[in-house]
Amino acid sequence: MRRSGTRHLLSMADLDRDDIEQILNLTESFAEVGERSIPKVPALRGKTIAWVFYEDSTRTRLSFETAAKRLSADTMNFSVSSSSVNKGESLRDTIETITAMGIDGVVVRHRAAGAPHQVAQWTDASVINAGDGWHQHPTQALLDLYSATRHLGELDGKHVAIVGDINHSRVARSNAIGFAAMGARVTLVGPPTLLPPSLAGWPVEATHDLDSVIDDLDICYLLRMQLERQGQATVPTLREYHQEFGLTSARADRLGSDALIMHPGPMNRGVEIAGEVADRPNAIITEQVANGVSVRMAVLFLLLGAGLEPVDHNLAVA
Amino acid sequence: MSADDVARAIRRMAHEILERNHGADDLMIIGMQTGGVGLAAEIAGAVAAIEGSVIPTGTLDATMHRDDFGLRPVMPEAATEIPGDPTGKTIVLVDDVLFTGRTVRAALDAIHSYGRPTAIQLAVMVDRGHRELPIRPDYVGKNLPTRRDEMVDVHDDGVDLGEVIAASGGEA
Repeated sequence: MRRSGTRHLLSMADLDRDDIEQILNLTESFAEVGERSIPKVPALRGKTIAWVFYEDSTRTRLSFETAAKRLSADTMNFSVSSSSVNKGESLRDTIETITAMGIDGVVVRHRAAGAPHQVAQWTDASVINAGDGWHQHPTQALLDLYSATRHLGELDGKHVAIVGDINHSRVARSNAIGFAAMGARVTLVGPPTLLPPSLAGWPVEATHDLDSVIDDLDICYLLRMQLERQGQATVPTLREYHQEFGLTSARADRLGSDALIMHPGPMNRGVEIAGEVADRPNAIITEQVANGVSVRMAVLFLLLGAGLEPVDHNLAVA
Repeated sequence: MSADDVARAIRRMAHEILERNHGADDLMIIGMQTGGVGLAAEIAGAVAAIEGSVIPTGTLDATMHRDDFGLRPVMPEAATEIPGDPTGKTIVLVDDVLFTGRTVRAALDAIHSYGRPTAIQLAVMVDRGHRELPIRPDYVGKNLPTRRDEMVDVHDDGVDLGEVIAASGGEA
């Protein structure tokens, strides 16, 4: 990001702890903007941001759209279903065409891992990864870190379990890196079929037994069970999955009273999380969505609006 | 200015604020981040001591309303806290140094995204001149003629005039 001198946000692996803390601090300022009676600031007036979404998304796109509008940026929506992609245009040609119209930022979601990195080679605009395949979803991780720190303060030494379909989850990959960078201890929990074949290089532990860690958790982060993958026989039945890896009422009772229940949405109530558990006071799932707008404002502002260097406040006194 | 001079100026400005507004009803005192925050608290304290009532006091960071985005690096410094709806209130905006007036312009914009105050007045500890916009203070601690490249530093021990080390002038 800005501190490390890059213009893009492609992966949580590109951010160190200072970068993340800078974004989270800035998010605080933008969260306040959302509470005003007119929640809009002119910070990105005259900037144009394009959404290039090759994959379905409701909340992420709306969240980015709201963030951009609160910053007074102009937005262009590139919707694949109604575009010349259907006429066979390649990703590269699409990006070059959009760039030629004069844009400052492009937010990319693509089913192929690494697509945003490719896009960054083809355009002068700042590229933000809004999800690429199973690889990364950095703004989701940042909003989760922001939500968690709002409740728990510093995350050093906190124990986070990420539970569910780790292997197919970009959210899991981004969050594991993000929580670990902030000093938390991360444990991945899932059946062998849903854990990645190798965890080499991941700053995490892993277990197949949710009950072995549940009493010790500060955060229980549940992933969406990707029902569309049910044909692949990764779990015997959803009911069995719920019994073994779901946050049932009994398991939720074993969590400490301060422990947070988080979920990136959309939820399958009764699968990864019991219907009643999602409505408990320590489940901050809707708050995560609200924080998503503020975090994305901070990211858009840092990449497109903040200028080149951090402000030297000593010179700004008079 | 010594620390005592600053304290006397704060008391005088508190009296002026009360005289001009016929008391402290519907007043709201807002300190500009970051230099005006301490000053706003002191003025609010002085007003409260005279009038015996508590004045709603808040802070404002107008960074995101500045007109120099892209010309220099900008970063919000601290969150804004407006104590309630400013609609129908008289807001006294407080800053340490008034220079070009651009920060004040940004603050006026920012305040209007919270509501529509009856009036906004401006109190500054030091007016150093060199205005670039048609903005004037209502309450001034001290008029301090300066060169453009000088720097005014308002701190707990008083007010100092110094040379700006780097080329960038800074503004307030």
